[in-house]
Amino acid sequence: MLTDFGKVFIFFLIGGLFVAAGLIAAWVIRPKRWYPSKLSTYECGEIPVGDAIVKFNIRFYVIALIFLIFDVEVVFLFPWAVVFKNLGMFAFIEMLVFLSILFVGYAYVWVKGDLEWDKPAPQLPSINSKQLKISTPQTTPD
Amino acid sequence: MNLVDIIFYFFALITLVSAAITVYSRNIIYSAFSLLFTFFGVAGIYVLLNADFIAVAQILIYVGGILMLLVFGVMLTHKVINVEIKTGILNVVPGSIITAIIGGTLCGVFVVTDWFIVEGVPPIKSTTTEIGTMFMTKYLLPFEIASVVLLVALIGAAYIARRDKSKNQSA
Repeated sequence: MLTDFGKVFIFFLIGGLFVAAGLIAAWVIRPKRWYPSKLSTYECGEIPVGDAIVKFNIRFYVIALIFLIFDVEVVFLFPWAVVFKNLGMFAFIEMLVFLSILFVGYAYVWVKGDLEWDKPAPQLPSINSKQLKISTPQTTPD
Repeated sequence: MNLVDIIFYFFALITLVSAAITVYSRNIIYSAFSLLFTFFGVAGIYVLLNADFIAVAQILIYVGGILMLLVFGVMLTHKVINVEIKTGILNVVPGSIITAIIGGTLCGVFVVTDWFIVEGVPPIKSTTTEIGTMFMTKYLLPFEIASVVLLVALIGAAYIARRDKSKNQSA
């Protein structure tokens, strides 16, 4: 007897096995001649600069928070989608009410500009005419 | 010990080991990523308990949403380059007292409770259908209220997380 999740579990096991077998086979077969540029991190052929852990911009976080709410909404949609064909028009209207309430929130974040990808204002280079010194703007990495 | 028991111990092992890594790891990134396996193992245990909808919700919300938020939080907050990201062990005595009380209570409840075990009930094919039907008929109002709660959470989260526009322009 194999339930549906039993099949999922077998997929999970074979997937793990596949990855492990590939890595182990590569480890067994490959020639082991290391040198520094081979051991360096692959960055599309460029010489890697700095740390892999960089500070992300805060606007990712706001988008992620908004995403989380709609993620929960999808979980509520899921059982409805299974049964709504049996329950007919009533269930459809119920879900429309549910979605329209959340649509208010979507409209709110849209109007308030939380979905805008606000870029920092461009800092143009200014020329001091007396000293003829070009000051370049200090750019901070996002 | 049949196959289901072996699968249960497999998921329990994943959950416990990754939870231990989450707690004891000195690097907060490792903690965040091993929490992924903890959530995954818990989802597997939910499946074994015939709670397939909760398992799917666990994967979708915790692994897909909350963990991503946590990883973003880790990536956003700390000062990155040349600063060691370390966690410390603090408040050993009060912490162990509180965990002893909670753990003791849970173990006591587990031992004392007269568990009501039903034998020979056919396993439910899918709880999702049942939950959907209940949402649309008996628990309709709570279902709609859930959307209002989500709306409040959305507006509150957006309001708190919003960058102060006036501060941004002056900077």
